Amino acid sequence: MARTTKALTTTRTAPERLGVRKTYKLYVGGKFPRSESGRTYEVTDAKGRFLANVAQGSRKDAREAVVAARAAQATWAGATAYNRGQVLYRVAEMLEGRREQFVAEVAAGEGLPVRQAELAVSEAIDRWVWYAGWTDKVAQVAGSANPVAGPYFNLSSPEPTGVVVVLAPQRSSLLGLVSTIVPPLVTGNSVIVVASERRPIPAVTLSEVLATSDVPGGVVNVLTGFTKELAPPLASHLDVNAIDLAGAVGAEGVTWGEVEAAAADSVKRVLRPAPGRRGEDAEPDWTEAPRPQRILAFTETKTVWHPKGV
Amino acid sequence: MSTTTPTSVAETGRAGTGTAPATPGAADRSASEIADLARSVTGSASLDDTAWRRYLHGLPGVDKVGADGRAAALSTRSIKTTSKAWALDTIIRMVDLTTLEGADTPGKVRALAAKAVRPEPADPTCPSAAAVCVYNDLVPVAVEALAGTGVKVAAVSTAFPSGRASRAVRLADTRDAVEAGADEIDMVIDRGAFLSGRYSQVYEDIVAVREECRANGRHAHLKVILETGELATYDNVRRASWLAMLAGADFIKTSTGKISPAATLPVTIVMLEAVRDFRALTGVPIGVKPAGGIRTSKDAIKYLVAVNETAGADWLDPDWFRFGASSLLNDVLMQRNKLATGTYWGPDYVTVD
Repeated sequence: MARTTKALTTTRTAPERLGVRKTYKLYVGGKFPRSESGRTYEVTDAKGRFLANVAQGSRKDAREAVVAARAAQATWAGATAYNRGQVLYRVAEMLEGRREQFVAEVAAGEGLPVRQAELAVSEAIDRWVWYAGWTDKVAQVAGSANPVAGPYFNLSSPEPTGVVVVLAPQRSSLLGLVSTIVPPLVTGNSVIVVASERRPIPAVTLSEVLATSDVPGGVVNVLTGFTKELAPPLASHLDVNAIDLAGAVGAEGVTWGEVEAAAADSVKRVLRPAPGRRGEDAEPDWTEAPRPQRILAFTETKTVWHPKGV
Repeated sequence: MSTTTPTSVAETGRAGTGTAPATPGAADRSASEIADLARSVTGSASLDDTAWRRYLHGLPGVDKVGADGRAAALSTRSIKTTSKAWALDTIIRMVDLTTLEGADTPGKVRALAAKAVRPEPADPTCPSAAAVCVYNDLVPVAVEALAGTGVKVAAVSTAFPSGRASRAVRLADTRDAVEAGADEIDMVIDRGAFLSGRYSQVYEDIVAVREECRANGRHAHLKVILETGELATYDNVRRASWLAMLAGADFIKTSTGKISPAATLPVTIVMLEAVRDFRALTGVPIGVKPAGGIRTSKDAIKYLVAVNETAGADWLDPDWFRFGASSLLNDVLMQRNKLATGTYWGPDYVTVD
């Protein structure tokens, strides 16, 4: 009898659940592969407590990402500007749905109080919406009908550069990330983003959002790992057309000057980091109002002549 | 294990010489020698359907799971640095640069010929491709463009790719290409006849085409396309390989590239086993050519590993192993430049074929 009673009591208390731990992976070509190298590294919160093991991407992962980005670029650029706007807006809707998760991750990673983390997440989502609105307006603002001597229409319009590598800001893990990856997407570039090396988790979560959104696989590829390892091969890769150096500021073991030099051989478009308030090598204040210039940094101007039918 | 020597063959046939493959000239056998060999190996004087069926169906079956597993295991080898550099150059030397489109023009063939001679114009150490492979009517263009370069001209004949024409038409097709100066003839077997058991017809087709390749003092190499994608089983691939080799093929080739699946690694391994066993039995080396679907350096290196491990290092030579491919060469060139410069290359820096 006594034995039965004991059994009943143990079933009554709720059993302790086994933790369901997450394996953080890369996001390449619409899939979530582990790093080819099989390596991971530890990510800690702002106070140095363990947060997660994150994939440590290698230069071969970078190469695969370029192949995926190149394959996806034509389709994304070929979609109508209006459609790109809708697709990007839907991503913002989905970010809103994951708001609490992002707030928790930003608060842990950047060491912000919850109130401030909420502000940063709201700002990031609003910025996404702001850029989404630019897709079908950028050609009208940046394009022009040029006066020429002769009976011709002469029209210039911005076209996407192609495959763009974005070194995401090291400190601002979500707002900075959004501020750098969305501008090249607006005009139809595909993007390979090297996430902040110490604060990569919002970028991984963003890749999960993108995987279930209508953004075609390969248009955004997220690599986690060390900027000093990933940036040089991407900068020298002949099939990459442009690179945003924002995340070379504050990365360990690499300067943006070195990355820019590696990009020179293939005459890539290079967007240098904007100087921060506290000098050349500090990160800019990403809460400042965005400007369309960041979109235009990754465009090429195409000019066509067309005879005026008289 | 899938790699068993066909014991029934080894028992009935002559012992292999075990020497390295001879040069193509030395391997050149007369028609009567070939027929004698086929009679002695099959053990039949008549070489009719019954005799062929008894012999070909007596070959040991291929263990499909074993062959697939062997291919998967060989695919995991890591080939790096100097080995990779050697492999890439060897692949370039083995490529039959192919264009088989309805839209082919003389200009395209000339461009392809120029690329075959100098795949990497800026680098004199880069070897030439083995051959340019075209349709019959473009053979004169290719012959003119490749004269004196050492790059061969291969023509796909015998009503390629289906082979559905009478023997007279198929032979006329071959004659046309040989007279235009083709160095190599890629013929297709009659898969319908093979699958319905009319083996002697397939055998006689190959013999007749081979005679056509050697008519009037010409000497064109004969590659026999088995179209393994239509043969359905690995057992059939092994049978077709032996039938083609006994009929006098200089090369056995997997596929036309026009149907899917084209070349696969397990099928190529089955064929490599066949040529290995054929040399052990008769002393005659036969070449192998996988064609279609090999697009990356990584894939091609897997084939080289399979060649070395299955047939042996003797076959790692353009005389005995070829790749039928069009887009493969660009990828190999990009990899080659990556090795040389340390920088990843992009498709903007190689030709658009």
